[in-house]
Amino acid sequence: MGELAAEKHVRYILSIEKKKDSFESVVMEHLRMNGAYWGLTALDLLGKLDTLDVDEVVSWIMSCQHESGGFGGNVGHDPHILYTLSAVQVLALFNKLDVIDVDKVTNYIVSLQNEDGSFSGDIWGEVDTRFSYIAICCLSILHRLDRINVEKAVKYIISCKNMDGGFGCTPGGESHAGQIFCCVGALALTGSLDLVDKDLLGWWLCERQVKSGGLNGRPEKLPDVCYSWWVLSSLIMIDRVHWISKEKLIKFILDCQDTENGGISDRPDDAVDVFHTYFGVAGLSLLEYPGLKPIDPAYALPVDVVNRIFFSK
Amino acid sequence: MHGRPRKSLKQEDEAALSAKAEKLRSLQSQFLVNHHNHIYSKEALDLSAKLLEINPECYTAWNYRKLAVQYNLSNSESNSDSDSAASIFDQELKLVENALRKNFKSYGAWHHRKWVLSKGHSSIDNELRLLNGFQKADPRNFHAWNYRRFVTAVMKRSDEDELKYTEDVIGDNFSNYSAWHNRSVLLSDLFKRKAEGFFPKEKVLREEYEHVHNAIFTDPDDQSGWFYHLWLIDQTVKNDTPLLVSSWPSHGSNITLNENNYLHDCGLSLLNSTLSDTRTLPVILYFNQAVEGINSSTVAVKSEVLQEDLVWKPLSTNNSSTAQIWVAYLNLNNTELQLSKTYSIEITIGHSMGIVSSNGYHYGDPSQITFKLCVQTAFKEPVEGQCAKLTSWKDNDFQKIDNFEESHSTVSADHRIPTTSNWCMEEIDEEITNFRDLLSDCKIGKLTLARLLTALDLLSPQHDKRKYHTEEVLKLYTDLMKLDPTHSLYYKDEHSLVLLQQITSSGESLLPHCHYYKNATETNTSYICLRLQNLSLSRMGSIQNLLWVQMLDLSHNELRSIEGLEAMQLLSCINLSHNKFGSFTALGPLRLLKSLKVLNISYNELGSHSIDTRRYLCSSPLAHTEVFAWDRFEILCGSFSATKFWEAFLIFESLNLMDLNITGNAVADENFTSFIVKVLPTLKWLNGEELS
Repeated sequence: MGELAAEKHVRYILSIEKKKDSFESVVMEHLRMNGAYWGLTALDLLGKLDTLDVDEVVSWIMSCQHESGGFGGNVGHDPHILYTLSAVQVLALFNKLDVIDVDKVTNYIVSLQNEDGSFSGDIWGEVDTRFSYIAICCLSILHRLDRINVEKAVKYIISCKNMDGGFGCTPGGESHAGQIFCCVGALALTGSLDLVDKDLLGWWLCERQVKSGGLNGRPEKLPDVCYSWWVLSSLIMIDRVHWISKEKLIKFILDCQDTENGGISDRPDDAVDVFHTYFGVAGLSLLEYPGLKPIDPAYALPVDVVNRIFFSK
Repeated sequence: MHGRPRKSLKQEDEAALSAKAEKLRSLQSQFLVNHHNHIYSKEALDLSAKLLEINPECYTAWNYRKLAVQYNLSNSESNSDSDSAASIFDQELKLVENALRKNFKSYGAWHHRKWVLSKGHSSIDNELRLLNGFQKADPRNFHAWNYRRFVTAVMKRSDEDELKYTEDVIGDNFSNYSAWHNRSVLLSDLFKRKAEGFFPKEKVLREEYEHVHNAIFTDPDDQSGWFYHLWLIDQTVKNDTPLLVSSWPSHGSNITLNENNYLHDCGLSLLNSTLSDTRTLPVILYFNQAVEGINSSTVAVKSEVLQEDLVWKPLSTNNSSTAQIWVAYLNLNNTELQLSKTYSIEITIGHSMGIVSSNGYHYGDPSQITFKLCVQTAFKEPVEGQCAKLTSWKDNDFQKIDNFEESHSTVSADHRIPTTSNWCMEEIDEEITNFRDLLSDCKIGKLTLARLLTALDLLSPQHDKRKYHTEEVLKLYTDLMKLDPTHSLYYKDEHSLVLLQQITSSGESLLPHCHYYKNATETNTSYICLRLQNLSLSRMGSIQNLLWVQMLDLSHNELRSIEGLEAMQLLSCINLSHNKFGSFTALGPLRLLKSLKVLNISYNELGSHSIDTRRYLCSSPLAHTEVFAWDRFEILCGSFSATKFWEAFLIFESLNLMDLNITGNAVADENFTSFIVKVLPTLKWLNGEELS
């Protein structure tokens, strides 16, 4: 088994900014805020966040904020809860949460809660349990969880629970590992994991590990490095991670590295991107791979960042 | 970039791609200019359409389209032209269709379609036809399935018709988990509203078993039918009604309390336990699921020792108002109890409405627990406070018990089993036969068989214990560990649960594990320790049968957590040494054990793990279930880094431990030791040595 090509991944992440004109960068331009979160969190886990110009990042983030308080995916793009969380997470990484008007961001998120407890992604009303997680995580980081109706929010998430113990986007929606992370994460952050059927869900989740050691996101699907985060963090939050083989998964992730040019892909020998590089590194961190900072499974931020938010006065 | 091969491009491809990028970049920037200037001309709209057809993920462009629709509608409304409204919306539907052909998984495109239809200007009738096409191309696409549920709801298409659709899809190819899932959703709904032909559900379930057998028996390695089958078992045996599973004191038991005249406060202690000094007695109610509404109006207590209503508290690790276990403390402080007199206590549960499960089901038949209480004088040497001796857990300090005496009546293995219908037993029996005959040598066959046999044992009346299948089930799990090593610890956990079920099922099976603790044998009644050490247990279970335990030895196992242990309210000594506890948060349940005095957690993995798997299963500020006691923490922490020991502080701060052993853990360095001594002022013994 190979080793983590940490230095190459750092170089790869730093190089993305220089390839702004590639077709991929243009296609992903509208979600650069997510990209920033993936890249910077991966850098932090690799212990190399200090190579960046903090002020430059912070001022770019702030230029994506709208009057409503929400953040867009890039300068000029509309505000959406997806990018608002990424913005807040990146600011938390840099210990720069003091640059935002907390009440303004809070008001934006609060305004997106619906009568049934669910959350819309923006003013156009798409409802999804992803947005429930985002709202709860974001407000929790800002110490403003009391501003929403948590009880209703939890109830809505539970209404999306399925026969396999997993969760879907909306009531009746099929279980999907990414969605399960969102729902289990939201329940974790609200102290409601007693409402999860941990053994049933744990069995479904651990059966996501396929022969190659990789994890898939739904039954009878191909494995993908990104599920090293979604499945693994969910298994950790419900304390069932010992039900899979960690060694096999580590090997799978390492096999997806581009050992020449850095970066990690969805499956071995596919093209790398920052999304899978982050999820690969974060997955290895959850697997206690040596040399990486530990990451918190619910806040999706390094443990030291979370501790700084909650355990310093 | 999903599924794109990693290779360097040929020069001409690179050039083509770069031209494509340039084109898209210019489209995007022109679009943003239009968006910011609220330009909704035909040219501007065409440009945004072009952009979305290349890049359907550009969410801002979908938002722009909606603004444009609103703008154009308000302009056409003044002309009162409803045809033009319809054509505006039709354009949007067409655009979405094109975008979906480019990217079938675009959230923005699907939502745009829903938004258009919700405006009510477009016909819904085409939608199913469109969907059928899309779903044929990708039968697992969850966006399409979600959209299908939306469309059928708008159309008011019947669940029965949709059920038929899933049948057809599964008929084409049984390996379609999405269809099986949708079937479970539809059937749940039909069962719930007792739709005609779906109530009672016996006949339907029988057909569903047949149906899913086709999938599982055809290709046992295909997971599509696995979870559906497990769901069917659950539908067959599940009892929605909340019921009392066990209690302490158990029904019909005699509790003897010792009045210790040597103590100034005339302390009453239970079962000669020198460790419990309060004149209070816990009453524990253990239900089959979490319930709420346990209070003096739903639980009636009759007794002459009772001075005031009992205050019932949910035992939950996250401050929830629903819990599977409820406890009240019978306060005997103000009661003059006469020696050798027997007092009777009668508890009736659920005689009036109000006990409800989290799914909204009301408590089943009212149940009654009657137990007797008597007081005797203990002839004991005066002791210097409590915990005068270090608790040793050495084998030669324990003595085997030959048989239980009357004074051991607190040792109970009484648990109630709800009566179940014959239908249910027959169905499970039939499934057992099916799996034994057809699938007993593969993973899912063995696992299902183990689950079915366990379910059958739970349903069987207790006097049929001889017919239990425990040995067979244990063997199945042992086989599975070898057959499927990737998930071996899942099977090991299951194995542990079955083993504990077997050990705790009766007084007879418990006896070999019950020992007298030597320090206590000098006195007239006997102090029993339940020893479950060295059993390779990786998980704790059957706690409903162990509510009576005061001293518990779980050492030399492979435990990582003690979930549920909070129910053992009488517990005062516990040995968890030589296990796999990886974090302090894993000890969370101990915080609810008010009588706990002795804890041996030596030789575990505390401090060895960077990732804490119990972090969110333990009440804490991270999960907003607890306010952190900053002031106290800071005083105790002194110079240490504040974030270093918060978990330990959280767990130990509320305990009154006298004897703690924490050696053999990576965390237990000098700094930690001096910290823990400050957190636990009651401590007399640390790591086997007396504190001065």
